[in-house]
Amino acid sequence: MPLIEIIDLSQRLGERDTLKNINIKVERSEVLALIGPTGAGKTTLLRLIGLIDTPTAGKIFFDGVDTGKSARDRLEVRRRMAFVLQKPVVFNMNVYDNIACGLKWRGVEKDVIRQKVTSILEMVDLLAEKNRSARTLSGGEAQMVAIARAIVSEPEVLLLDEPTANLDPISEATIEELIRNIIHHYDTTIIMSTHDMAQGQRLADRVGVLLDGRIQQTGDWREVFNSPRNREVADFVGVENIIDGVIASNEDNVVTIDTIGNAIEAISDYPVGEEVSVCIRPEDVTLALSRISSSARNSFVGEVTRVVLMGSLTRIEIDCGFPLVCLITKRSAEELDLTKGKQAYATFKATGVHVIKRETAR
Amino acid sequence: MIEIWHGLTKAIELIVSLDSEVMEIAVRSLIISVTSTLLASLICLPLGSLIHFSGFPGKRILINLIQTFFSLPTVTIGLFVFIIFSRVGPLGGLNLLFTPAVMVLGQMVLITPIMLGLIISALSGVDKVIQDTAHSLGASRFQTAGVVLREARFAVTSAVIMGFGRAISELGIAIMVGGNIRGFTRIITTAIALETSKGDIEFSLALGIILIFIALIVNFALNRIQQR
Repeated sequence: MPLIEIIDLSQRLGERDTLKNINIKVERSEVLALIGPTGAGKTTLLRLIGLIDTPTAGKIFFDGVDTGKSARDRLEVRRRMAFVLQKPVVFNMNVYDNIACGLKWRGVEKDVIRQKVTSILEMVDLLAEKNRSARTLSGGEAQMVAIARAIVSEPEVLLLDEPTANLDPISEATIEELIRNIIHHYDTTIIMSTHDMAQGQRLADRVGVLLDGRIQQTGDWREVFNSPRNREVADFVGVENIIDGVIASNEDNVVTIDTIGNAIEAISDYPVGEEVSVCIRPEDVTLALSRISSSARNSFVGEVTRVVLMGSLTRIEIDCGFPLVCLITKRSAEELDLTKGKQAYATFKATGVHVIKRETAR
Repeated sequence: MIEIWHGLTKAIELIVSLDSEVMEIAVRSLIISVTSTLLASLICLPLGSLIHFSGFPGKRILINLIQTFFSLPTVTIGLFVFIIFSRVGPLGGLNLLFTPAVMVLGQMVLITPIMLGLIISALSGVDKVIQDTAHSLGASRFQTAGVVLREARFAVTSAVIMGFGRAISELGIAIMVGGNIRGFTRIITTAIALETSKGDIEFSLALGIILIFIALIVNFALNRIQQR
């Protein structure tokens, strides 16, 4: 039985549907990252899971308990979780009392509280600050206290809403390290939201892509990244080359896709006539000055339209009848002397192409 | 002019020498107003929290109504309480008219709307995130209210002090339902009103100075709290 099961959850705020038919299962000890742009509904979803708000429709089961029934059940379930809100507010009391709050509310004995709070303070390296007024802490420290305050009650589920938003890179690294520690030591189930895909990748077992109030895709990171289910997900996970076309032929799942004048070969099981989008990752494209003979099935000649230096990499845009973005090392770009207006051959493998069905009407 | 100066020095003499009647009146004033403030707090804190934390139709209207009662004239309350507790009134049988008890009650009627309104606005001033945070950390509704009250403690204390200030300085209720009975229901404001009309300026001035002094302390406390 999953620890959390969400069925057909919807939330309507005023005139807007902020969440539409969300279905997710979260297993015990799993780390799930909800990724999506700002305003996609990540916070709304976390607030519903954390039983802070009540949904317009749908159900949330926690360990088999329907959380929509009685207020008493909701409190009990809420006490098995902890939620770190995006804006870390500390109560106007000292650091120690801030962290002790959750335990006091659960009626834990004073001695136990002291021992637990002290060990958490040690873990987050704030023991020296325990008598300091929490209001005087820096943003990073306040977020530390907020997380410490949440985990001190040893919740079965920890909800983190953009845990490192608005933090400097050093604080961000510290917080991530702390989250990794929690995953390691406590075996806590974590559901976190982030707009930072790399962070989701670093911390989570599984990601759920939330776009415009809908879970578009869930799966492990590689799956979502390499095989986005639709154009929106592909866009969000950073597939820059998305080209529309129609399947022209299919021989043993090697398809030729007609993309207005060009034929791209790919691996797919879509039938002839299907309207599809072709996704090609910029780093999967090879550039050469002459046509190279290789096993790669797709090779197009085009004119370089733009060259952008990005640290050790160079981003090259090339017009092969369709615009194609390529990412190659700076050194390669220099050796090939790729400048605007130059002709080049862009090559990529049929297996490097991801084909997704186009949804004509949503 | 000389007479005023003379009265003022005599008044200070009365205060410095801790004149028994002046002190007795001042202390009674304090006791009655502190009592009414404390009792009103006992009503306003839970009631204010209840109104703030629960959503119900007409909440906005209720809060507006409470605010309207901020400026209720003391004589109106005095009249109202007088009618209720007079021999023919509904609570006449209690025989409370012209006692300190009924003065406390009258002052409570006066300051409850002020304290209630200010407490509600103090609670509204607390960031909503505090409430969510408490909730998310496993606080019950009751515990959440406790946290929010605690966060609003300075503003809530200010509300209580404002109530006390209003209670100790009012005259209408005290004179109408207390009756200004010497040694029993005579307080600073009623004594000033009486002694002045009798021409005993120095006695009035002494009490006036004490009243201003109390107001000063209250204000000072309020300022200290609001600076935090």
